[in-house]
Amino acid sequence: MSAGLLAALSVFVLGLLVGIEVIGKVPATLHTPLMSATNAIHGVILAGALLVTAVAGTAAEYAVGFLATAFAAMNVVGGYVVTDRMLGMFRPGSQR
Amino acid sequence: MSTVDTVVRLAYLAAAVLFVAGLHLMNSPATARRGNRVSIAGMAVAMAATLLLVVDSGGGTALGWTIMIAGTAVGTGAGWAAARAVPMTAMPQLVSVFNAVGGGAAALVAVPELAPPAAGASVRVPAVLDLVIGAVTFAGSLVAAGKLQGLVPGRPVLVRGARVLGGGLAVAAAVCAGLLLAGSGGGVALAILAVAVLAAGVLLVLPIGGADAPVVISLLNACTGTAVAMAGFVVDSNVLIVAGALVGASGAILTGLMAAAMNRSLGAILLGGFGTGDEPA
Repeated sequence: MSAGLLAALSVFVLGLLVGIEVIGKVPATLHTPLMSATNAIHGVILAGALLVTAVAGTAAEYAVGFLATAFAAMNVVGGYVVTDRMLGMFRPGSQR
Repeated sequence: MSTVDTVVRLAYLAAAVLFVAGLHLMNSPATARRGNRVSIAGMAVAMAATLLLVVDSGGGTALGWTIMIAGTAVGTGAGWAAARAVPMTAMPQLVSVFNAVGGGAAALVAVPELAPPAAGASVRVPAVLDLVIGAVTFAGSLVAAGKLQGLVPGRPVLVRGARVLGGGLAVAAAVCAGLLLAGSGGGVALAILAVAVLAAGVLLVLPIGGADAPVVISLLNACTGTAVAMAGFVVDSNVLIVAGALVGASGAILTGLMAAAMNRSLGAILLGGFGTGDEPA
């Protein structure tokens, strides 16, 4: 196992632990918005999609890159906009 | 380590901190909206750093840039339009669709690494996991969204011979995954594995009742997080690993909370056969 892989593994496990701890006593009304917020965060896969597209060389790789980038961008933008809309309902007067 | 590399890694760290802080703020209604915006800031930092990394590493061909821009534009447009247009009552299924495309993107990131020529073992293992989890989530989330939208029957659909079919799919997937893990799998093994896990995703969600769908979407959301973390190992990107692990773990906790709020056990939900789909989601 290389040093880089071990470091990545440490980051992964510590990330899991933070993820467990960061969710506290969430009121039931926030369950769906919180799900939507975490949904938007995993849209960070857009970074991976861009990196893959940047090193693409064959037509198949370009096709995969395009699909991955489009999917991921949809996940990020849609996820955040939907979450914001849901949370806008919590404040009377500022709903959009 | 070059200066740019250092800057990118520090920016990724900052993005990870913003994601954690944002999620923490989302625990209470008073700060939730601010939490989401903190999270958006984290995403912006992560994307800017990624672009810097791509430019610094010699940055792709003209065609590559065109595709990156076109893909982002298409996805942004579709996501924005859908998120603005959909009525409030249809939110859960829309979240499920966004979760599906996220899982699909994660699975696709693994594909170039698994296509021949085979990459090293430390890449092949997470790449296979990424593909399997991502593709199951993609198909499963679309079915769950379909159930809530009424496109797929909301009642638990019990397919005749589902066990036999599921077993067959599992064997086919295991064989192909084994070949790919061993580094001797070709494009055919990759294609069979992809189709088998997509079908498995459909088969897993079909027997689950529409009333339970939100909990299942939350579980699939956690799965996408895990797939994204695996993709982080594949493309060697810490921000993907941190954000993916964060979503995987917090999503799993949230799934437990949601199931408890409905007085349902997760085991019973996954086994399926409950819920008429008549209840509002």
